[in-house]
This record gives sequence, structure tokens and C-alpha cells, in this order.
Amino acid sequence: MSITRNASTALNRRRLLAGAAAATTAMAAPAIVRAQGGMLKVGVLLPRSGAQAGIGQDCYRGVELANPIFKSIGLPELEIMNADTETNVEVARSRAEKLIADGAQLLMGAFDSGQSSAIAQVAEQKGIPFVINIAAAPPITEQGYKFVFRNFPTAGMILGDAFANQKEVFAATGVEPKSVVFLHVNDTFGTAMKNGVGAVMPKFNMPYTIKETISYDPTARDLSVEVSKAKAAGADALLVVSRLNDAILLTRELVKQRWSPMGILSMGPGWYEDQYLKTLGKLGDGPLSFVPWYDPNKKLSKQLEGALAKKYPGVNMNTNHIYTFEALLVAADAYKRAKSTDPKALADAIRATNITENVSTGPGISFDEKGQNVKLKNAAIQNRGGKLVAVAPKGATNAKAEWPMTAYDKRR
Amino acid sequence: MPAEIYLNVAISGLLTGLVYGLMALGLSVIFGVVRVVNFAHGEMMTVAMYLAVVLFASLGLDPLLMMLPIAAVMFAVGYAMQMAIINPFISRPEHSQFMLMVAIAIIIVNSLLMIFGPDAQAVQTSYAFDSYAVGPVIVDATKLYAGLAAILVAGALFAFFRYAPLGKAIRACADNYTGALVVGLDVKQLYALSFGLGAACVGAAGAIIVLMVDVTPPLGPAYTLLAFVIVITGGMGSMPGALLGGVLIGLTEAMAGLFFSPSAKSMFAFAILVLVLLFRPQGIMGKKPT
Repeated sequence: MSITRNASTALNRRRLLAGAAAATTAMAAPAIVRAQGGMLKVGVLLPRSGAQAGIGQDCYRGVELANPIFKSIGLPELEIMNADTETNVEVARSRAEKLIADGAQLLMGAFDSGQSSAIAQVAEQKGIPFVINIAAAPPITEQGYKFVFRNFPTAGMILGDAFANQKEVFAATGVEPKSVVFLHVNDTFGTAMKNGVGAVMPKFNMPYTIKETISYDPTARDLSVEVSKAKAAGADALLVVSRLNDAILLTRELVKQRWSPMGILSMGPGWYEDQYLKTLGKLGDGPLSFVPWYDPNKKLSKQLEGALAKKYPGVNMNTNHIYTFEALLVAADAYKRAKSTDPKALADAIRATNITENVSTGPGISFDEKGQNVKLKNAAIQNRGGKLVAVAPKGATNAKAEWPMTAYDKRR
Repeated sequence: MPAEIYLNVAISGLLTGLVYGLMALGLSVIFGVVRVVNFAHGEMMTVAMYLAVVLFASLGLDPLLMMLPIAAVMFAVGYAMQMAIINPFISRPEHSQFMLMVAIAIIIVNSLLMIFGPDAQAVQTSYAFDSYAVGPVIVDATKLYAGLAAILVAGALFAFFRYAPLGKAIRACADNYTGALVVGLDVKQLYALSFGLGAACVGAAGAIIVLMVDVTPPLGPAYTLLAFVIVITGGMGSMPGALLGGVLIGLTEAMAGLFFSPSAKSMFAFAILVLVLLFRPQGIMGKKPT
């Protein structure tokens, strides 16, 4: 009796390969099903420590409020994976890589232009969609990236609206500064804004000239020299592009050096943050910020404002909450339509975004071929009694501008 | 530019420099005696700053009044650190000491982050926004008090090392280790006292500097670097050198900001360091190695 193998049961190389492939498919199938039916994994990159920690933490409030609101408006909830960029471009890059390695299917962040640029490079290289919450440097969406989307105005858009809104305030109050000193941080955002001022301002026929431009390090511990220099220039008002800590330092120095300019015209963050208002009390009143803001008449704005007031009583809704929330709104909306976590399908869905029920000022959220939302509009807001009021543009205001602002020595 | 601005900025730089000097003095004392380079120096100062913040927030105690108690707490911390952790490393290679101190620095930063979070914390005293006007010259009240306090603490430390028997013993130990052992000095104990004194110095500096700068956990490494720049400029191990180095760096930063660009302030401080390293490697008041 010979022992022969039954051809149908013998284990040969072909069968082994076929079996392995079948087993792999069988193992992978539930995972794919899970991915389609489960939550989208969103890697949230924010500067939650370091010089921008205060703003990064503030942005995170927008993340915390997102899921319950999404649920209530029929959008899928998101699985949030957090990463701290430590206010450092290189850390932002490595955290983005790690989030993708850990399974993030979409990235969101990162408040700062430098950090967002680094994350954008990683996202593009790995083919993972990246929705920017806040970052204004124009080059980010000028690189021809296919996976990078920005629902935030570029420096040029902010500046154009800022100058238009300034003129509206000057016209309404009948007081115009004849000269300003331009103080700005020398990081990616600050430098982009400085370049933008040079390019955009001449188009608006502003009533003032820039007497002196002073740049400084955003991590500076002492801004006394900067304010001394600005004061010595003898300008009527201050034009600033700052962050939070330096905005507080600048105000302290203005008071100590006994200089009350006609007003402070801010074209960036810092001057309207809650920490600024709380730290400085009465001395925090007066600055005008020309910023991406929200339309208080939109339904979703009221819902977000209500949710924020409930979770964080006493915290004013601001740019950080609005645009972080909206970046996640873009992600949830795209995931709902794409019905897939496939990065390309998600990116295609984001590109086709058309959200009209949103929070920010303007007609809604959609992206051009570069991944930029070009429909966004900005507002002029003023610190008043520890609160923020909108003073321009017409039709979106709830107070009149106080210009010139009350001198510091008359408030103490 | 009006002439008084130069005086305003120079006074501001001088007062800031005095506080920088006090901070660097601690580093110089520790290195001068123990011969261990304290890479956790700035981080220890942030601990003192947080102590001042907590005392102010909870009990309303002015950091200037709390300077001595905070210095005493930091002395105890420094003494314990030297006795328990650093002493076994005294005879080990320098890279081991370096790694130990860097590890301590990282532990301090992360502990502070866990306890206090990343937000900047400030002490806002009743005189936080005050200034004195002397003719056209305006002097920041906080900086003035801080500078005077720094002079007071540095003076007390100089007097201690010059006149107190214990101070003389520590100097003897620093001058001649073997000689100190021969005459029966308890070197281990003196090392711990020296580290404690260095830590007390940094504690006092922290209590003062918190009046001028908001504290965050990551602030430590920046001050460690600054202390090194000052001490190397002034002369490693030289106490008057540390104070002089602090004033020089403070003034340089202020004047560079005024004459050139404020964003280039640090660059000029480092330029001074490079010049010193090139032309007087032992520092302005340091002793030439024999």
C-alpha cells in the first residue's frame, strides 16, 4: 500500500499563499467594517504648553464642545487624539508623525502658522487630510497641497478687512490718528502680517502713516525697551500684531511708562483673550481687535455660545473657540458625506464642503482649489468692562466704538 | 529720539541686570565650591517663583517680604539635594554629573507642569503698575525694588563669605580641597551648605524676578542658559564676576534693543559671551587657570 497525498488536501505553496491571503482578508474585513461604522480618529495638535499655552488651552475648549453639538445636529461624533506641540515647530512636526503612526485619520490644528506649516508638510507627505483651525500665513495654502485645508483668513484677508473696519470706526467717531507705531512679533505669523501691511495698506488710503516698525521676540520676558522706543516715536496710536503674553507685557509697560496712545489697533490675537481681560482688569479695556469673529445671529453661533457658557461660565466666546470648533465641523461633515475613513475620500469630501449653517462671519464654509476658504469676513471688536463688543462692520455690531480710548491714568 | 530715553533704558537694563546677577550668583557659588555645574539652576528658580505665586495667591504675601522665607526653603532643598543625590556624583566623571543635573531639571519642569499646568502665572502687587518720575526720567517701581533687593541679598552673601567663620571655611574648601581635609574641615557638610546657599540665592532671585516676569514651567531652561552666559562672562566661580556679568548682560540687552532691533537683544548678549571666550576665556573677573 502506497501512501499518496490526496491532491485536494495536500498543502502546497499555492494553497499556503491562497490560505494566507484569505486569512488576511478575513482578519482585515472586520477592521474595515469597524472603520466605516466607527468614529473618525482626529489628531488634534495644539500648543498646550510653552509660550502659546494659554491660547492652545483656550482652543481646546472648542474641541470639548464639538461632539455634543455634532450629535445634536446629526453629524457623526469624532474620536479625539490629543497632542501638545509645546509651541515648537519641530515638536509639532514629530507629534503629527506620531499621531498618524498611532492611527489618526485626519489632523486638526495648530493655532500657529509656523507649527501649522510643519504639520501641513507631514500631512501632505503621508496623504492624511489636515484641517487648519487658526493660522494666517498665506504660503500654507499656496504650496499646491492636496490634503491641506484652511477655514481661517489669510494675513491678506485679515489685513484688508482690518483696514476697512478701522476706517469705519474712524468715520463713526470722527477721530483719526495721523501716525502709528507698528509693533509686531517676529514669528511666522507676525512676519507675514508685517509683509502684508506693506502690501495691503496703500490700497486703503489710510489716514495715518507708520512712523516706526518695531519687531520683537514673542517669548520676550521684558518689553520695556520696545515700549520706550515706540513712545519716543511720538505717534498717535499703536498698531500691533501680538500673542497673549506679550500683549499683557506691552500693556503693563504702557501704564508704567505713562503713555496712553489714542488707541491700540490689534490685528492678531492676545488683546481680546480672557486671560488678558482678567489679568489687567480696567487696564485691559479699550484695545480694538480686528479679527476673524462670529456672526451672533447664526443659529449654530448661539448653540456654541450657550454650550461654552454652560461648561465655562464667565468665559467669552472668541476666535480660538470658533475656528477650532469649525475645523472639527468640517471634519465631521466630510466624514458623514464620505462614509469612509479613506484619506483620499475624506480629502475629496472636504474639497466639496458647502456648509452654510456655521458660526463664523460670512456666508459659510467652502474651499477653493488651493484648500482655502475665501468667503470668510472679519470684524472689529473692543474690550469693554471685561467683555467683548462688536463695533464694525455695519450690520454686525452690538455697540459703538469708544475711540480714542480712555487714558490709563484716568482709570486707576 | 529724546535724550531721556537712553537714560530710561539704561536704568531699566541696570536694574534687570542686578536681578540677573543675583540669579547667576547662586550658580557661581555652587560651581566655585562644589565644582558641579548646576544644569537645573533656572528650573530651581522657577520652583521659587511658583512658591512666591502660591504664597501671594493664597495668603496675599508680597514676594519681596517672602524673599527670605523662600530662600530658606530653597536652602533646605539645595542642602538635601546635595547630601542625598549630588554628593555620590562628586568624584564621578563630568558627563555623569551633567546627566544627573539635566535629569533633575527635566523632572522639575514636568512636575511643575503637572502641578500648575502650562498657563503663565503672575503676581500682581499693588505697585505692579507704579513708576517714579524724576524729571523726564521714568523708573519702573517694581524693577527698582527688585534691583535694591538683589543688591541687599548679594551684599549679605559677600559679607558672609568674607567675615563669617563658616563662610571662610567654605572659601578654604573651594581654594584647597586637600588642605581643607588636612585641617579637619567636614568637606561633605560644607559642600551641602554651599549648594544650599546657591539654592537660597536662586530662591531669593526667583522671589524677586516673579515681580517682573510671569512664570511658566518651561521658563527654567531659558534662565539656566542665561545664568551660564552671565557666569561665563563674569568668570566661573567669581561672585563679583557673576554680579558684574548680570549687569553687563542686562545693560547690553537693553541698549542693543534701543540702538539696533529689540528682536536682536539676545544676539548681543551672546556676542559678548563669544568676545569674552575669545579674549578672556576665564571671564572678566575669573582667575586664570594655573
